[in-house]
Amino acid sequence: MEVTLTHYLALAGVLFLTGMTGFIVRRNALIMLMCIELMLCAVNIVFAAFSRLHGDAGGHIFVLMNFAVAAAEAAIGLAILVEIFRRRRTVNVDDLKALME
Amino acid sequence: MESHVNEVLLRWIVIVPLLGAAVNGLLNRRLSRRLSGLLACAAVGVSFALSVVVFLRLVGMEAEQRRVTDTLATWMAFGNFRVDLAFAMDQLSAVMALVVTGVGFLIHVYSLGYMAHDEGFSRFFTYMNLFIFAMMTLVLGENLPMLFVGWEGVGLCSYLLISFWFNDEANAAAGKKAFVVNRIGDFGFLLGMFLIGTTLLPHLHEGEGLYSFATLQSHAGILAPVATAICLLLFVGATGKSAQIPLYIWLPDAMAGPTPVSALIHAATMVTAGVYMVVRTNFLFVLSPTAMAVVAAVGAVTAIFASTIALTQNDIKKVLAYSTVSQLGYMMLACGVGAFAMGIFHVMTHAFFKALLFLGSGSVIHAMSNEQDMRIMGGLRSKLPVTWWTFAVGTLALAGIFPFAGFFSKDEILWKTWSSGNTVLWVIGFVAAGLTAFYMARLISLTFFGRNRASAEVQSHIHESPATMTVPLVVLAVLSLVGGWIGIPHFMGGLAHFEQWLEPVFAAAAGSGGHITEVHSGVAAIDATAHAVQTGHAGGAAVHDTTMEWVLALASLAWGLLGLVLGWFVYNRRLGVAAAARGLGGGFFHKVLENKYYVDEAYEGTFIRPGFRFSRTVLWKGVDAGLIDGLLVNGTALVVAIIASLLRLFQNGMVRFYAWSITIGMSVFVLYLVFSR
Repeated sequence: MEVTLTHYLALAGVLFLTGMTGFIVRRNALIMLMCIELMLCAVNIVFAAFSRLHGDAGGHIFVLMNFAVAAAEAAIGLAILVEIFRRRRTVNVDDLKALME
Repeated sequence: MESHVNEVLLRWIVIVPLLGAAVNGLLNRRLSRRLSGLLACAAVGVSFALSVVVFLRLVGMEAEQRRVTDTLATWMAFGNFRVDLAFAMDQLSAVMALVVTGVGFLIHVYSLGYMAHDEGFSRFFTYMNLFIFAMMTLVLGENLPMLFVGWEGVGLCSYLLISFWFNDEANAAAGKKAFVVNRIGDFGFLLGMFLIGTTLLPHLHEGEGLYSFATLQSHAGILAPVATAICLLLFVGATGKSAQIPLYIWLPDAMAGPTPVSALIHAATMVTAGVYMVVRTNFLFVLSPTAMAVVAAVGAVTAIFASTIALTQNDIKKVLAYSTVSQLGYMMLACGVGAFAMGIFHVMTHAFFKALLFLGSGSVIHAMSNEQDMRIMGGLRSKLPVTWWTFAVGTLALAGIFPFAGFFSKDEILWKTWSSGNTVLWVIGFVAAGLTAFYMARLISLTFFGRNRASAEVQSHIHESPATMTVPLVVLAVLSLVGGWIGIPHFMGGLAHFEQWLEPVFAAAAGSGGHITEVHSGVAAIDATAHAVQTGHAGGAAVHDTTMEWVLALASLAWGLLGLVLGWFVYNRRLGVAAAARGLGGGFFHKVLENKYYVDEAYEGTFIRPGFRFSRTVLWKGVDAGLIDGLLVNGTALVVAIIASLLRLFQNGMVRFYAWSITIGMSVFVLYLVFSR
């Protein structure tokens, strides 16, 4: 079976929906961060797939950029989470609403 | 338009006093009093010297070409509309410039002595220099907006100097009154200017400055159809600045300022700005017989109205203030009957003798430990010899006694009024002249004759003023004597130099009158009347039989002498007469006059109180509190608050709620993109 664009897009869609669902339903901030990574990953797959289809390296550039952004975001997010955990002894987002209003 | 000679000196006449004001104002107390005063006097002195230099250049020119201009920059320009930052000096401006800087310099010197012990010494001189700057802008401005800038500038300085001793609330109130009343007049002036602008703008050629006096003069024909409206509006401005009925009420109150200020601003220079403006725009006024009639009538009525009030005032400065109002009435009367040159002649002689009288009264007040009530003075003749003699000269000049300056100018005004056929106005002016002599005799009798009625302590302090004050008095006294001699009329064998000197300014008006006939045949009738007015004053010397002139001149001389003698007799020899007259049913009139015809009270009742009530109920409670505060300010805030309280529902701190919002929003967006094609 030949792997076509549709397969890539389907994989990306599944990955994205998984990430999205996880982001919505989970309360653990660490898991939510991982779900964001999943969604980013799905986007990367789409970029790469189209890049290959069109024979254009631009998509790869975006993917590389995304890696950098995702890495930075994960580093900052984890740092914040660690700090929050130290102070509040929890990473349950439903308990973290000091910024309300 | 003929090409004008450029004269860079002109700008320095205006700028030097401004520099003086700037240095004095910025360094203020860091300067010693001596330096501060010297600086201010020097600034005005330089301005005077430069005026003389330019004046001498004018004298050296051909009579018809006597005009120099100095254009600094284009002030504003868009489309056809252009106003230059420019100064110009012609015969008229030259007279005014010399009088303003000359008398101004003397009064500055006088102030060195008068204000010597005052707290705000350099502040005073800052304002004085600023005033000279504004006044010179007014006089030398080449166009109406420049004149208006000076006009407002002198108004500001007048306000600042009236309320110079602002710790006393009465002084602050007097300054405010002067400012507000002047604003009413200025409003009319502005409307007149706008009317000129809208009428003239479509007719301008390339390179012509709208509002430039040269342009206005050459296009007077276009303005002719609306000349009456323009002139009446401009005249409203003149009534404010030159204290004519109905806007004269601020001038007597303006005496709250230091006496040199009263002399400089409220007698010699600023208050003549209205007269100057009317004379400057004479080519418009001659187009409108109605406006001329109004000017003449207002002038004559003001002259007699104010002189009757002056009969009963007890404050020495108030008497002089009403006298000033009355003399300004004479100047307006002269303008109204077409004798513009005589109006300016009277401006000049009046500047000399009224400045002298005010400075003299300042010297008296100084000697009497700041007492201004004449009932407490008396017998100052021997104690203040210089003040007395100079004051006497000023009085004779004001009363119109030959050969003092006032005689020539006042007599000429009355003669031109008579010869232009306005017999009623002449009678009014003639009666007012007698009253003038009478109240001045009263003033002198109460102040300098009799026995001193002050307390022993005040009496022990009476002393003649220092030289800085007496020297200007002497100089002004000499000017009050000889100042009129440059205008000795033809019938007395004089050459009427003054009238000749100014003639081209008004001849041009007559010239543009002829121009109108070619352009607008419709206004030929107006034009003819304008010519009648012109010839009424120009033809006096050559055509008329001089007998009548002699008769009138001698009559007014006799009448003035009679007024003086009578006043002196009543208030010095037979003190009982005044009291008896008051008892004999004269009490009512006396009370009315003493209360200045209750005009202030009438204004209070008709304008001020209803104004307050209107402001309080409608403007404050209705517009300010209701509309602005209630609807606009709080209403805006309320709308924002309502919207915010809705938006606040979305910001609940629940991260998963935000996630849902983003998801749903994004889904809707994507679905829209997909299905909208």
